[in-house]
Amino acid sequence: MRDFSYLRANSLDAARQAAALPGAMLLAGGTTLIDLAKCGVAEPETLVDITHLEGLDKIEVSERGVIIGALARMGHVADHAGIRSRFPAVSEALWQAASAQIRNMATIGGNLMQRTRCPYFRDPANFSACNKREPGSGCSAIGGVTRGHAVLGTSDACIAMYPGDLAVALVAFDATVHLGERQVSVDDFFLLPGSTPNREHAIEPGEMITAIEIPGSAAARRSTYLKIRDRQSYEFAAASAAVGIEFEADGRTIRDLRVALGGVATKPWRARAVEAALIGKVWEPDTVRAASLLAVEGAVDHGANHYKIELAPRVVARAILKMGETV
Amino acid sequence: MTVHNIRVGESKRGDASDGALAQTVGGRLSRVDGPAKITGAAKYAVEQQLEGLAYAVLVESTIASGKVRAIDTTAVQAAPGVLQVLTPETIISLKTASDWFGTPPPDKPYCPLARDITFSGQHVAAVVAETFEQAVAAAALVKVSYDETPSIVDLSDGKAGDGIPIDAMTKEWGDAQAAFASAPVRICAAYNTPREYQAPMEPHGLIARWEGDQLTVWEPSQWLDGMARTYAEWFGVPFENVRLVSPYIGGGFGSKALALGHGAVAACAAKMLGRPVRLVMTRPQTFTGYGGRAATRQTVTIGADTQGKIQSIVHRGINETSIDGMWVEPLGSVTSIMYATPNFSSKQNVVRVNSVVPGAMRAPGENPSAFGIESAIDELAYEVGIDPLEIRLRNYAEQDPEAKKAWSTRQLREAFAVGAERFGWARRTPEPRSMRDGNQLIGWGVAAGTYPVRRAYGEAIVRILADGSVEVESSSIDMGQGTYTILAQTAAETVGVHADDVVVKLGDSHFPRAGVAGGSRLAGVMTGAVYKAAISALDQLVGLAISDPRSPFHALQANTLVVANGRIASPRGDGPDVSIAELLKSVGRDHIEATGDTMPANSTAEDRYKNYTTIAMALPHTEGDYSRHSWCAHFIEVRVDEDFGTVRVSRVVSALDSGRLYNPKLAESQWKGGIIMGIGQALLEEGIVDRRHGRIVNNNLADYLVPTNADIPDIEVISVGIPDLHSSVLGGKGVGELAIVGVAPAIANAVFHATGKRIRDLPITLEKLI
Repeated sequence: MRDFSYLRANSLDAARQAAALPGAMLLAGGTTLIDLAKCGVAEPETLVDITHLEGLDKIEVSERGVIIGALARMGHVADHAGIRSRFPAVSEALWQAASAQIRNMATIGGNLMQRTRCPYFRDPANFSACNKREPGSGCSAIGGVTRGHAVLGTSDACIAMYPGDLAVALVAFDATVHLGERQVSVDDFFLLPGSTPNREHAIEPGEMITAIEIPGSAAARRSTYLKIRDRQSYEFAAASAAVGIEFEADGRTIRDLRVALGGVATKPWRARAVEAALIGKVWEPDTVRAASLLAVEGAVDHGANHYKIELAPRVVARAILKMGETV
Repeated sequence: MTVHNIRVGESKRGDASDGALAQTVGGRLSRVDGPAKITGAAKYAVEQQLEGLAYAVLVESTIASGKVRAIDTTAVQAAPGVLQVLTPETIISLKTASDWFGTPPPDKPYCPLARDITFSGQHVAAVVAETFEQAVAAAALVKVSYDETPSIVDLSDGKAGDGIPIDAMTKEWGDAQAAFASAPVRICAAYNTPREYQAPMEPHGLIARWEGDQLTVWEPSQWLDGMARTYAEWFGVPFENVRLVSPYIGGGFGSKALALGHGAVAACAAKMLGRPVRLVMTRPQTFTGYGGRAATRQTVTIGADTQGKIQSIVHRGINETSIDGMWVEPLGSVTSIMYATPNFSSKQNVVRVNSVVPGAMRAPGENPSAFGIESAIDELAYEVGIDPLEIRLRNYAEQDPEAKKAWSTRQLREAFAVGAERFGWARRTPEPRSMRDGNQLIGWGVAAGTYPVRRAYGEAIVRILADGSVEVESSSIDMGQGTYTILAQTAAETVGVHADDVVVKLGDSHFPRAGVAGGSRLAGVMTGAVYKAAISALDQLVGLAISDPRSPFHALQANTLVVANGRIASPRGDGPDVSIAELLKSVGRDHIEATGDTMPANSTAEDRYKNYTTIAMALPHTEGDYSRHSWCAHFIEVRVDEDFGTVRVSRVVSALDSGRLYNPKLAESQWKGGIIMGIGQALLEEGIVDRRHGRIVNNNLADYLVPTNADIPDIEVISVGIPDLHSSVLGGKGVGELAIVGVAPAIANAVFHATGKRIRDLPITLEKLI
């Protein structure tokens, strides 16, 4: 970790201005940034501490949906009564993320900026090739230890997995990111690696996440987040699914379905093919299982991560079946 | 400097489980060091605040094999706060130290910084600065260039070869090959365990300070006297000139028994700089700065009759070691003693790969050995169609099959019986996949474990002080296993005072000596030494009370007196009744002091030095007429999700024979800790190597998975031991390592019962089951 200067922002405008300085990074909960600074990946010249900005930690539930301030803590959002009742998948995704200690520190805005756990990305001293860190330097992961790497959304330049949980639920329910005046959908906020894996988010210098907005829906109200992993707690997903469902009046025909995947892709992955295959159909286990296979359409494995292609559709199917059973 | 001061009484308030009898040997006294640890008052080695402390940071190799061509330190020298840059060229020369058997070392220099690279993560340089942050920043500026050569990644590398036969590991009786060939039932399978890591909470580190030719080292240590010897030999100073201080250790599991390269670097830096130096490994460095458990491969071949009676066992094992170091993980250790067999053959090779030399990790040898034989016997049970518990009883070894000696005690049959009863084993349906709960396949598995009783020597001082309290001193250590507590109980019961009135001081090599806290030997050794010292102190006290003319008991003409609850009285209660403090005052003494040890009576000074600074003098567990071991049986239930392949341990019942327990509460905690570590080994733990770079890539606690609380169900442990006076002075056998042995095969056996899939490669991760 090298020396850096520290600024405490006392207004949103001041924070944005400081964040536009070369080498400046915003500091909120610090659970990712400090970690990445320790392993030599993040080398900020200036840390702009935004934790003292007021009014950015509110959780406002209305008829339209919910607006969550960027500085709301993961733990608070997970436990918020309105979130739990109207967006259970969001609450469950947060509960199953990280550890209690981290959830108490980490903010919602910071959570969206969480970076990959690719071990090659995280160890610049030993692995100099990483297109995410150094564009054009190559990818150490391809041909290496790939058990935790993505099978969807990869490119020749990068196969790093997006490790988070919350954004998987957000992308399922068409959430938007508030960047001050500008708003962008969560799906568009996360970028595919393509030939520029160093660019992960649709955020410009001087912009700052101020809030996340999730529109309310019947599917969001009847939703779940299923996370599968070897360790019961404090591990990133081997595969996960955020699923929300709405039935027609008959209680059996699917009117609306939302499916997104975690732990398998380079970004939070909306599985629209599964949704399209089941909307209008009668909820029935064999139909659900067959449609769930579409979740990994186009998947490409790199050897040790092949199991994710088997696993992800089963996770999706289990989550959809679980949501149907609780009619 | 205050080393350590713990009074039992301060710790036990409010703990109802302690009970009235807690303070004697065998009582459930809570850990006396617990409050200091949970309140943060306990000061660990590198937390010492020393005047002029400087900070060292290691630089490690980024290749697995080759030579350092050059180290460019230009930018480092100019970095803020830098005091010193150590490279093989600039560091002072040390002498090679003897190994832990005390084998005289070759007369050649030792350099803890490498020019020849044999593994990724080897120490190549170090930077010392005024602050830790400055040292970290400067260390990142060190530029090392290499001439790289091809490396041997691991046991599966095509270049690894068959390895070196270790003849001392060969065990043979009867004609195992012929008996196997003629056996009506034959099974043969290969079992693999990966690199595993001790991962203690407290990373390795130290503070070294020189005053003239006197070296003080604050360092977490499982073996103060052994490590002091190594430091003394490196620097060519007398053993007595080195003082190791280690009152608290944040977990060792075998990894903190030896002085290691990073310690030499810090001590060199302190000597060269003339200032105390602190060096703490980063978590990634703890995966390469010393060895974890070696990766192993075993083939177990069993020939049996149709009733499941074993006729022959043929066992072949290999473990990895480093290019220039030797580590033998004895893979036939459980194989040769668990079951009666008329024909047996076990051989072992060691294969050199480009890794750090592997080291001791909880039950080295027994742990992987049991994974082989306890999986194989389960396979045999299915082959012949006999219950896995029944087949173990049919092949029960009534004596040590290898040494052909009687067991000192072996309560394994009792362990099977009690464990099966508590677990409800009789309700098990034998067919794989025959028990389920919704999507969860349920499996029940059993496996046995064992660990030998290693006996060595210890010394202690017991002082009875003017206020009637008792003080115990020993250079032995407490890494959480409970030494402070059981020695307080031993001294309290023996002298006749409350454990509240005993102060135990450990973790300073200037105290009376002790051998390694490894191999589950320390409790048996040290309770014996303290018992003997306390008896001697008590004799002095009673002697004074009877014979000193100033004593209130002098006129009584008694032969003996009774000391209890800190008071002295005649056996019949017909004389005075005074406190120890009052007696000492009346006879004009400010304390009574006695030493005790467990060494043979005619031990020389040289014997004593060897006893405590090497492991060469330890008594074999088969010495004399008996074979001495701890035993256990694990009954484990798993739930395997049929779609996801995830394995969750939902129930554990283990019955264990560690002989007499000096403190059941602490023994149970150690057993549970071993079982938890075994669950991690079975399901999660594996050092994963990048084959192109020869480097462990999951070298941190987010990616190297150990169990969380959510992974661990309630664990029931039941003691079935009886006092074993062939094993120790007070009748205990080993506790700390026993319980991990057999957990992984019990889980693998349960997974087979749940799924019908036999997993022979640990860990049992989900992709192996979907």
